[in-house]
Amino acid sequence: MSNEHAVIVGASHASAQLAATLRQSGWEGNISLVGEEAIPPYHRPPLSKGYLAGEKHSDELLIRPATFYEKTGIDLVLGTRVTAVDPRNKTITLHDGGSIPYGKLALTTGARVRKLDLPGHDQEGVFYLRDLNDVDRIRGFIGPGKSAVIIGGGYIGLETAASMRKLGMEVTVLEALPRVLQRVTAPEVSAFYSRVHGEEGVNIITDAAVQALEGDGTVKGVQLADGNRVAADLVVIGVGVLPDTDLAETAGLEVDNGIVVDEFARTSDPDIVAAGDCTNHYNPIYERRLRLESVQNATDQAKTAANTLCGKLENYHALPWFWSDQYDLKLQIAGLSQGFDRVVVRGSADSGRSFAAFYFCGDRLLAVDAVNRPKEFMAVRRALTQGQSADPVKLADESVDIQQAFTQ
Amino acid sequence: MPLIRFIQHDGAEQEVHVAPGTSVMHAAIDNGVSGILADCGGACSCATCHCYVDEAWQEKTGEADEVEQQMLEFVMDYQPNSRLSCQVKVGDELDGLVVRLPKSQI
Ligand SMILES: Cc1cc2nc3c(=O)[nH]c(=O)nc-3n(C[C@H](O)[C@H](O)[C@H](O)COP(=O)(O)OP(=O)(O)OC[C@H]3O[C@@H](n4cnc5c(N)ncnc54)[C@H](O)[C@@H]3O)c2cc1C
Ligand code: FES
Repeated sequence: MSNEHAVIVGASHASAQLAATLRQSGWEGNISLVGEEAIPPYHRPPLSKGYLAGEKHSDELLIRPATFYEKTGIDLVLGTRVTAVDPRNKTITLHDGGSIPYGKLALTTGARVRKLDLPGHDQEGVFYLRDLNDVDRIRGFIGPGKSAVIIGGGYIGLETAASMRKLGMEVTVLEALPRVLQRVTAPEVSAFYSRVHGEEGVNIITDAAVQALEGDGTVKGVQLADGNRVAADLVVIGVGVLPDTDLAETAGLEVDNGIVVDEFARTSDPDIVAAGDCTNHYNPIYERRLRLESVQNATDQAKTAANTLCGKLENYHALPWFWSDQYDLKLQIAGLSQGFDRVVVRGSADSGRSFAAFYFCGDRLLAVDAVNRPKEFMAVRRALTQGQSADPVKLADESVDIQQAFTQ
Repeated sequence: MPLIRFIQHDGAEQEVHVAPGTSVMHAAIDNGVSGILADCGGACSCATCHCYVDEAWQEKTGEADEVEQQMLEFVMDYQPNSRLSCQVKVGDELDGLVVRLPKSQI
């Protein structure tokens, strides 16, 4: 195996882990990491959090320093877009016409933002938020007293709103659905986040139908279908992402809402693995195929993929988890709540800033959203990893120690 | 530049020098010390950077705050000297710090 050239496309969370694990697992051949962005793999989560708020410098974002790759013999080919994969001749084509042969290929192409085709979307001051470049451009438009409209009340939209409030800006969040975070949380949790954002001075408008972005080449406001207008010095659109499967398609790989991989991160081509936001994979805990957008999935699946390339087949069976920081709220999520039919709250979501919402389907504990409750998060992460459920009555009772609530 | 000695669960040792102010987590990640995952990049959200501070150094590294302590209670193989390595910053007074790594993070 190990004298072949391993080429990894995409240079972010999944690829950084994949390359490091390849070396740790004894891969002796060359490793090249080919990515479109100009800097080595960096932490994406701070983009809407500390980095946007100006609390972090870009050097602090790097997952590993450039010297790590030098020392471990991992070749960084940055600022380079791969345009095609030829699985028969085992080569990739680069945007400048060059090509690189591979022995094994890993696709970690991630996700790209879903675009809104609104009238006026191509003006100055209209942004999406996915890459460091996006945030650097956004930072040229922000500042105390300026007005921002965020389209989309998901985690990234709400984090962006919180960071901009910290900077003393006027912030409006427009959400098309009846509540923020509707796709990912229970009504109790949505109501909590709406309340806190209100307390922090953010104007949240739900059921909002955006009609057009107004301006004279530079955005000036957002026109809503109900006739209302919201003034804006900048607009950030955060309405979700789509898996980046273009390359996989050029290679003729099976694609179905993501690059289809098996439990060892193998694609339909024996020499190509894939990991991270771009994959569609089976999760044995929730017994269904999933496409996840999280650092946990990117790093854990990348380890599986790297081990597969080294000939060590290890099932990918990690418990999904996620976090989101807004103001003084530290949200930690363990498990996946989709499909829940009951929610149990420990503490109060109606007042204060600390509670945990546990999601059940029948008797089965599915997930927890823990706000400023690290103990509940950790306890549930461990319990779900071990295949345990919990007693909802004990969970809701703060006088019962959380550890007493879990059942086999 | 303070020196940190990492001791893996299987006894393998690695010594690294870091700039003062670096966290133990970054010292490990930046130098390819395995056994620390640090998925959240130091946001104190993931608890995949668990380590044990050698008893002789515990006083100097100080105590975990409330959030860190709550997370530590549920890490694999918790011990009284458990810490989240992203929360331990290495100044000159910690030159020579000895850190042990757990068998597994999750
Ligand atoms: C603002 C923001 C905040 C987030 N916050 C959190 C959080 O708090 N917690 C959490 O768990 N997750 C968070 N996420 C999600 C997390 O960042 C992603 O799940 C993670 O980045 C996925 O990693 P990846 O390596 O699979 O893909 P990506 O990070 O999407 O990286 C893919 C890379 O591949 C490159 N690429 C794609 N196609 C090509 C090609 N053809 N040639 C060359 N290069 C190519 C892209 O340029 C990109 O750099 C956040 C994301 C964003 C944008
Ligand atoms: S790196 Fe995530 S808690 Fe330390």
